[in-house]
Amino acid sequence: MSKETKEREPLFSPKNIKLITGPINLSNPITVQVLGICSALAVTAKLMPAIVMAISVMVVVAASNVLISFLRNGIPPRIRIIVQLVVIATMVILVDQVLKAFVYDVSKQLSVFVGLIITNCIIMGRLEAFAMSNKPWPAFLDGIGNSLGYGLILVVIAFVRELFGSGSLFGFPVIPQGLYDFGYVNNGLMILPPMALITVGVIIWIQRYYTRELIEDK
Amino acid sequence: MKALRNFLDKQKPQFEKGGKLEKLHSMFDSFETLLFVPDKVTFAGSHIRDAIDMKRTMITVFVSLIPALLFGMWNVGYQHFLSLGQSPDFWTMFFYGFFKLLPIIIVTYGVGLGLEIVFAQIRNHEVNEGFFVSGLLIPMIVPADIPLWQVAIAVAFAVVFGKEVFGGTGMNIVNPALVARAFLFFAYPGNISGDKVWISDKADAFSGATPLGNALVGNFDNMPSVYDMFMGFIPGSVGETSTLMILIGAMILLITGIANWRVMVSVFVGGSVMGLLFNLWGANDYMNLPFYYHLIMGGFAFGAVFMATDPVTAAQTSKGMYYYGFLVGMIAVLIRVFNPAYPEGMMLAILLMNVFAPLIDHYVVESNIKKRLKRLKAVSN
Repeated sequence: MSKETKEREPLFSPKNIKLITGPINLSNPITVQVLGICSALAVTAKLMPAIVMAISVMVVVAASNVLISFLRNGIPPRIRIIVQLVVIATMVILVDQVLKAFVYDVSKQLSVFVGLIITNCIIMGRLEAFAMSNKPWPAFLDGIGNSLGYGLILVVIAFVRELFGSGSLFGFPVIPQGLYDFGYVNNGLMILPPMALITVGVIIWIQRYYTRELIEDK
Repeated sequence: MKALRNFLDKQKPQFEKGGKLEKLHSMFDSFETLLFVPDKVTFAGSHIRDAIDMKRTMITVFVSLIPALLFGMWNVGYQHFLSLGQSPDFWTMFFYGFFKLLPIIIVTYGVGLGLEIVFAQIRNHEVNEGFFVSGLLIPMIVPADIPLWQVAIAVAFAVVFGKEVFGGTGMNIVNPALVARAFLFFAYPGNISGDKVWISDKADAFSGATPLGNALVGNFDNMPSVYDMFMGFIPGSVGETSTLMILIGAMILLITGIANWRVMVSVFVGGSVMGLLFNLWGANDYMNLPFYYHLIMGGFAFGAVFMATDPVTAAQTSKGMYYYGFLVGMIAVLIRVFNPAYPEGMMLAILLMNVFAPLIDHYVVESNIKKRLKRLKAVSN
């Protein structure tokens, strides 16, 4: 009985809050751990697909984290990767079907990349590193935190790329017509994946400039 | 001269540590070394006594670019008036091109040197001469009508992402001038590709296709004569049209020993071999084009002489240079003939091989080590 009455950890204890804020800056999946780069390059030409992608990843990571965390004591270690994959695949298919049903246009733009969420290193990484050894609630927060960190970078890249590449945001033209008459032209390179990589590089540059903890000792 | 020296010496303390204008020391430094030979010498160890430094190297390359640049200026005017059906005197044509190019050169140097000074200031090192040549190369590999703001953005991109993020001059992986051109080519294709842009203020009725553009669409009847292409009376980027002027520049570079002949020669050999291979294959008209056409059309010669030989981005080992140059030539011709999206392959070929140059060097060094180990074994047995 003494064990049960042990003081329960509050839902949003500092430790739990850290699970959410950590991946946004100090252990950001994209800029610090350099995971999930492929989708960051592929879906960020426009803002809309980037946001939908971020939300999809959030749903998949959070849900699979919670599920795996519930199952963690019952999974034989030798087949854990397969079990994790089955869970992720189920979630991805669910997300894919929902997207096809409600936002068909965006789902078409994202095309194969929704299916490829399965191979997004962030998800497998979180399941292996966190959900397999933690309780469901922290696992849920960890999933939300990591997908927020991922989504934040995605949105920033997509904002820059859509603004300079297509002169619009969410599909609405924002660069005034007068500028085009003056000779301004949209930057075609911004639409191409290499520029997404360079944008990621610039974000890492800025982040490290302001976050001294991230700079390795020489 | 003495008065100038005295003036500089008087100003110097202001720019040194603790001085009033310490923040601007790198600017002062670059200005001073531009006027006078630096008086810094090494103190310890053995060293080679030779007055060659980066400044002299860069000046030599600069001089070797002058013939192609002057011809380019004239050719800009010549093509312009030709498209209008006029033929004014020599100086009218020259000054037309001169005033077209001057703003591009000024913008390139302004933006490029400005960024170099900013980076030098932040990193506490001297502004070095790396941009001196790139700044002249960039105006020579763009069409004369390119909008200046695009040039400014491309130069900024090239200096920051082509060079400074790797640590500045001497540390870059790819040639900064070509990064600027590649940026323009992919970002603003409307102003640097197609038939409309190569002659400045072209009359609409006049065909402005470059020889490469003609070759790509199979329009071989409109090809200029070999003489015209060699001399450079063809539309194209400013500095690349005249193979003759480029060869004069190449002579200057080779006689002074600034550029390496291995790279230069093997680029031309690589291009010729690929051209000959295509001649043997002969599946379409482009493949049947005599191989020497490839060497005098478009930017092939310019790239071979001034871009591929860049000592920082080319392969460093003597043997590696042969492979590197040969592959540059081959890939350039390959892209020209096979890829319908890119009429000119030289830029992409050099950039690609820049990336592979360290790999080539690595294998050359490794194989050399293996060879010597084998020799050692044979002796010790």
